[in-house]
Amino acid sequence: MKIGVITFPGTLDDVDAARAARYIDAEAVNLWHADEDLHGVDAVIVPGGFSYGDYLRCGAIARFAPVMSSVIDAAKGGMPVLGICNGFQILCEAGLLPGALVRNKKLHFVCRDQWLRVENNTTAWTTRYEAGAEVLVPLKSGEGGYVADQSTLDELEGEGRVVFRYVGENPNGSRDDIAGICSANGRVVGLMPHPEHAIDALTGPSDDGLGVFLSVVDSLVSA
Amino acid sequence: MARVVVDVMPKPEILDPQGQAVAGALPRLGFTGVTSVRQGKHFELEVDDSVDDETLAKIAEGFLANPVIEEWTVRRLS
Repeated sequence: MKIGVITFPGTLDDVDAARAARYIDAEAVNLWHADEDLHGVDAVIVPGGFSYGDYLRCGAIARFAPVMSSVIDAAKGGMPVLGICNGFQILCEAGLLPGALVRNKKLHFVCRDQWLRVENNTTAWTTRYEAGAEVLVPLKSGEGGYVADQSTLDELEGEGRVVFRYVGENPNGSRDDIAGICSANGRVVGLMPHPEHAIDALTGPSDDGLGVFLSVVDSLVSA
Repeated sequence: MARVVVDVMPKPEILDPQGQAVAGALPRLGFTGVTSVRQGKHFELEVDDSVDDETLAKIAEGFLANPVIEEWTVRRLS
């Protein structure tokens, strides 16, 4: 099983994402932003960081990278894609997920361990969790406020496409405490907090993030 | 050659914390009477004559602005 991890100029969390993939015995394949070839991967992670310096808007330039046109095609064909933090912003800019991420309400960069509730455990990336499970993973972002127009929010809620929600104080002003959402078919998931930083209690606040990566292996095996 | 200006502003219903921070600082600096500030982006493009209005609209909507959260205007200055 091959999980591709994209590196753009300015990506920071590709190493941890690849480590998470190896941790669950998948093969981590490094994907370069300028390369259209996905090298036969079964799933793709778009990791966090500051792609192209996040000039213009977060994710706006990365969305047009050659590798992303292949990812967009593959996602439309059903390949599981996970966008974490900057990756979530890129997937929204690319139109694979609805809405946008804006500057945190209090303008501060937030860096803390954050409790999340798993609202949908039927996506390609969340089957290992029990519905309603609460997990602890790091959050580190300056532009993590999820916004969308009311009809989009109603659609997401109505179709159960809010995948993760912040528990406790809303860290960034996200609409409806939304931390992560998925595509209509549940294969593309984006979230602001970082499950790849919480795969081992030695280096993270918990190993709660591991379920995300184990889930995609399950969904690929059963597919 | 022509100069084209694209102005991009957050939609009115989108929270603009940067603008609010500026508005909040004004009274502290002694400037009263400003009730609201919205902060946006201003782009100046030098384009040759082969670039038509339709292309400029695509550049503005498809790249310079995110239609989910922002509105934009395109003006040819010359």
